[in-house]
Amino acid sequence: MATRAGTPEKEGGGLGRVFREEFRNRERRTAYYMILPTLLVILGVAFYPIAVSLINSFRLSLPGQPGGEWAGLQNYVYLFRDSPFQAAFINTVVFTVVSVALEFVIGLAVALAINRAFKARGLVRAAILVPWAFPIVVSAVMWRLMYQDQVGIINYIVTALGLIDQPILTDNVTVMIGAIVSDVWKTTPFMALLLLAGLQTIPGDVYEAAKVDGASRVQQFFRITLPLLGPSILVALLFRTLDSWRVYDLFWAMSDKQLESLSTYTYKAVRDSQLLFPVGNAAAVVTFLTAFLIAIFFIKVLGMKTSTEA
Amino acid sequence: MTAKGVSGGDVWNRILFYAGILLFVLVSVLPLLWVFKMSIISKGELQASPPTILPQDPTLESYAAIFADAGFLRSLLNSAVIAGVTTVVCLVLGSVAAYAIARLRFRFKSAFMTLILAIAFFPPVAIIGPLFSQFSEIGIVNTYASMIIPDVVFALPLTVWLLVAFFRELPFDLEEAAKVDGATTLQAFWKVIVPLSAPGVFTTAILTFIFAWNEFIFANTFSFDDSTRPVTVSIPSFAGVFTVNYGAQAAAAVVVTIPLVILVLIFQRRIVSGLTAGAVKG
Repeated sequence: MATRAGTPEKEGGGLGRVFREEFRNRERRTAYYMILPTLLVILGVAFYPIAVSLINSFRLSLPGQPGGEWAGLQNYVYLFRDSPFQAAFINTVVFTVVSVALEFVIGLAVALAINRAFKARGLVRAAILVPWAFPIVVSAVMWRLMYQDQVGIINYIVTALGLIDQPILTDNVTVMIGAIVSDVWKTTPFMALLLLAGLQTIPGDVYEAAKVDGASRVQQFFRITLPLLGPSILVALLFRTLDSWRVYDLFWAMSDKQLESLSTYTYKAVRDSQLLFPVGNAAAVVTFLTAFLIAIFFIKVLGMKTSTEA
Repeated sequence: MTAKGVSGGDVWNRILFYAGILLFVLVSVLPLLWVFKMSIISKGELQASPPTILPQDPTLESYAAIFADAGFLRSLLNSAVIAGVTTVVCLVLGSVAAYAIARLRFRFKSAFMTLILAIAFFPPVAIIGPLFSQFSEIGIVNTYASMIIPDVVFALPLTVWLLVAFFRELPFDLEEAAKVDGATTLQAFWKVIVPLSAPGVFTTAILTFIFAWNEFIFANTFSFDDSTRPVTVSIPSFAGVFTVNYGAQAAAAVVVTIPLVILVLIFQRRIVSGLTAGAVKG
């Protein structure tokens, strides 16, 4: 209680005093106790391990053995020169950009189309929720069955049309296209739902006013709909971009572990290979940091609001 | 297209609109129907070229194959236990935290929210290595706990986020009234707020359950055999077990999808309200 002014540890003393004041208030004290379990679980199971990954990325450590010789940036140098890693990085960028762009365009078109009362609206909503609800691996297995060269309907059709001369699943380019198609199919509904919810918050009289002023439909879309939908678009894009950036199960199940993403590369290195374990830790840090930078980009550069304060 | 007058163009617009909607619904549903068809035809028909459009001779042999497989049945049970326990733990931890965020005042609230949001963007693969070492040390690898613990952490942002949105909807004089009657903050939370937001809590439970049921990377890391392996891991590995039995793979995909399709059809309104809660501020 008797904190003397001008103690040497000004910063620490300040923070301590803030906490002591906070804890003197009964309601606030209860609030801290209530968030404590969640806080501890998150710090212990997510942030502590990522700190360990970070430290290990500067070491030549072996799986399951603490310590290991310090190696400076050696693991990172190896990683960036490793051509499978470069391929994994490029694959992840291509997959993320193409699939999120397609999902956004199609999702927006669908949201605009169904943003009105019409018959069978509930049926449409149920139909588009179904692909969203089930596991990515199951969706990957389903599409893989259709791409398969002996029993796959899609492989049969594109071969009959003369679009490909070798089975879809034997070539990384066609596997990538297949993965993107499967992802677009599965997650466009989610995009459409988020955008639809955003559209429904735009009051109708804004459009009435624009119509009175003689604005065309195209003008209304670019001057009213897009700007007012901005926050919803940013939220939807951020979630979808980070989901795609972390892609693991889809590539894993679709390509029989041949097509690499950042996540599958990291996984193989830290789990399946003794030799690559130190490099795997560097890959884990790169995956984490790039995801973090994407989030920062959306939040700071594009000005997305994350505050939940009412 | 929203013009109210009835004219020739209007009719055409309407036809175009419904044709577009029909196309979209077909594209959403066709792959599912196709895989369902693959699951009810014989191996011979499966290999037919050109493929048959409608099943010529429906058979349940693929379903017989997967339900005769004890490993697959066990994996359904494993998935249910893992997703169920994860949901309960998330609701307990998450509702308490969400209440503090939604209805109590304290400093560092936005810092705490940022931390929770950070988990939503966290690549799970980045912690697989250290987590595996720690779980090996304490000897819980290949147990339900080794999957439930990370599942809880990664589902918590969703749980907390949704519950905050639902708890905020209730009027703030509720607690005031409870406190006048002598209730503590915790009692007000447990006896007033939770019962009143039961529909929201239920919606959150459905979405958390789906999230945990669909989890793959931790399950793939920490489960080694049939005793703990959930369906998300057992289905892709069917490719190895039933090397050429594509019908069984299709049947397994259908069996895992059906509970989710039923959940979606029954609770679609709730699911939509949950998915869009918090994402859009009214």
